[in-house]
Formats: sequence, structure tokens, C-alpha cells
Amino acid sequence: MALTAKFVKTQELLFELRVADVMRRDVITVRPDQTMTELRRILRDHRISGTPVAAGDELVGMITIADLIAFLNSDGEEALIGDKMTANPDSLFSDQLLVHAIQQFDATRFGRFPVLDPRSRKLVGILTKGLIIEGMLRAMEQAFQEEEIRQYRASHIFEDMVAEYKEIYLTYELVGRDFDRAGKASTQMKRNLKRLGIRPDIIHRLAVASYEAEMNTVLYAESGVMEFRIAPEEIVMRLRDRGPGIADVEKAKQPGYSGAPEWVREMGFGAGMGIPNIIKCADRIDLQSTVGVGTTLSVRIFTGAGANRAGDEGGGT
Amino acid sequence: MTLREIVEKLDLQVHAGAGRMEVTVARGYMSDMLSDVIGNAPIGGLWITMQKHKNVVAVAVMKSLAAIVLVQGRVPEEDTLRAAEEEEVVILGTTMSAFALAARLHDLGIAGD
Repeated sequence: MALTAKFVKTQELLFELRVADVMRRDVITVRPDQTMTELRRILRDHRISGTPVAAGDELVGMITIADLIAFLNSDGEEALIGDKMTANPDSLFSDQLLVHAIQQFDATRFGRFPVLDPRSRKLVGILTKGLIIEGMLRAMEQAFQEEEIRQYRASHIFEDMVAEYKEIYLTYELVGRDFDRAGKASTQMKRNLKRLGIRPDIIHRLAVASYEAEMNTVLYAESGVMEFRIAPEEIVMRLRDRGPGIADVEKAKQPGYSGAPEWVREMGFGAGMGIPNIIKCADRIDLQSTVGVGTTLSVRIFTGAGANRAGDEGGGT
Repeated sequence: MTLREIVEKLDLQVHAGAGRMEVTVARGYMSDMLSDVIGNAPIGGLWITMQKHKNVVAVAVMKSLAAIVLVQGRVPEEDTLRAAEEEEVVILGTTMSAFALAARLHDLGIAGD
């Protein structure tokens, strides 16, 4: 399992799949009273290298091409499958997780397992490594398509909806000093913007502005509400917080000015770059603050065809 | 150059994101000030830092960074690792100093701005 442990998403997919999802149901079987010569024909005709041996729908054994070769190398007298098969073979249950089935393949090095119904214990299918790969690829293809459809629908939302004014509002509640959730709103917002099909350079400018604004609230205020208004031609972020406010707004806009205490600086914040970073990313900015009440910050970024391409690198020039 | 090649050539530790090693990296940034990184790091670049608390993950997401590299043997905190897995952020590590690592990366062709 060392291999699958390296691929987290694939592993998640594996945990969603069960043996029944990928096994082959129309399984070719042979009877124990058939001859080895008949087996040779069956394996060749179906291009398979092994098959379950069943009496009725009861699994009684497995027989493979290795058994056939051993038989052909012997004295050549006809024999019955029932005498050459592996009786009481290892099997899987159809409701088992695919990961557990893979572990069983790993541990035994068998190329195929018969699959039984967990209640009736009747033979219901067969699982090979090839079928596992096929099933995995199908599941990955489906997951990929679902995400593509989500993204397609979202990015066409403004074209698909008919109205005089078209706007989407997304709102996040922020809590002061909650470092566990700090940055969460901006992270989610960045994903939303991607789904909406916003241009990547604009997403990065908004991401920088929203992260800095969010961190300012988390670091200094008691609480805040961050609202994004997304319209066809622009995105406006407005953050209103309840907190100490900024005494000198013009000074706060200057690089290097910071009122941060030591513990904030130790975490790597409070370099006096927050608001200057926001200014670099914004097309328009409005900062209003009342000491002892709170601060309201509005950032406007144009997203239409002629939108500013400066700041492609997140404002760094 | 891909992250995998960088990891192999400089013998870096992979703390998180082992499945995302095929990303190509051309530029890097070195800073322990998060606002500095947010403001000035190149999109998709490699970030060298000593900061190991959870907030580095959000910074990496905001700038779509290829990886965070923790220097001087610093190990990410438990919730940093969890956040990194959740947000698909790569965290690497080395016992080298930030300066030594930057110099080695420069030799491999990873540039600053």
C-alpha cells in the first residue's frame, strides 16, 4: 500500500469504490466434471488465463493456465478439472472496499479472485488487476468530468441568467484571534473565483487583497464580515470589522507602518505591508475607520475585457 | 525543473504533498514575513522560510506556490500538515540554512526576481 499512500486523491477514490463496482459480472465458469482438454479450448476461446470452477452457482475451486501447463507436461492422460483445480480458493466479497481487495492481491500475488455475494455466498463475479485498473480509470474520468461540468456551469452563470442586473454576493463571517480558521475565507473565495472562470491574474490580485484584509481582522479586530459582490464587469470586496479602528488611515497606507505587537510579528505578520499590498492589487480602494468602533475597507477590481493586467504577479512590481 | 528533480538533487525531505511533485518551478522567494510573501513572491514559485505554523498554508494557496521549503531542520506543526493535505500544498524540508538552500537552487537555475 506504500504506493497508494503517495496519491491522496486516488486513495480517496479507492475508498469510495467497492469490489462490486469494478468486478466483471458475466463470469465464465467451468464445471468440475469437465475435462482438462475442454478447459484448454475454453481458455483459448475466451482469451482468459484462469477461471472459477462452479457446481451450479456454488464456487468449488479455481483453475488457471498454470494448472493446464502442468497437466500438458504430465503423461498426457485425460483428467477432470475437479482433480486439477485449487479447491476452496481464496475469494472476495462483493461489498468489500476495493483497497482491501488490492491488499489481498498484493499479499497473495494471485492474478484473479472469484467474488461472492456476502449473504448467499454464491459466485457473482470475478476481479482481476486489469479490471481494477479499468475501474479506477473510469472513476477518475467521472470525477474529472464532474469538476469540469461544475466549472463550466459556474463560469457561464452570467451568460445563462437573464436579468437587468446580474450580481452574486458571497459573504464570510470572520472571528478575531481565531488563528485556526485564519485565511479560510480567502482560501474558499479563491476556489469560488476559479469556478466562476475569473481570469487567473485577477484571481491572484483578489486573493492577495482578501487575505491581507482577512488577516487584519483576525489579528486586530473582534469580528468582521467580508462580502464579495461579483458582477460581470467588476468584483468588489467589502470588509467591515468591529474593533479598535485605525487612528491614522493615511499613515496605515504607507509601507512599513504597523501597530502590531511582538507576538503578531513573530508569526510573520505585522510588517506594515498589509494595506500597501491591498492598494497594489486594487483598482479602487476606500478605507474608513473610527477609533474604538471599527474599520470598513472596500476594494474594487475590474474584471471586464479591458481589465488592468498590471499586477499579474499579485501586485509585486 | 520539476519539484521531483529539485527534491532529488538537493536531498530535500517531503513533509506533505508527495503526489504533487511533477510541477515545474522556475522562480523562488525567501522571507519569513507573510505579508512580504503575499505581496512579492512570484506566482507558482518556491518559498523558503522558517515559519512552520498553519498560516503558511493559506499564503501558499493565495499565491499558488509550488512548494514551501522549511529550512534548518524545522518540521511543520501537526495542524500545518493537516491543512497542507487538505489544500493540496507541498511542504518540503532541509537541514540547510535559507542562504545555503537559495544558493543551491540558484545553481539549479531557479531564479529570483
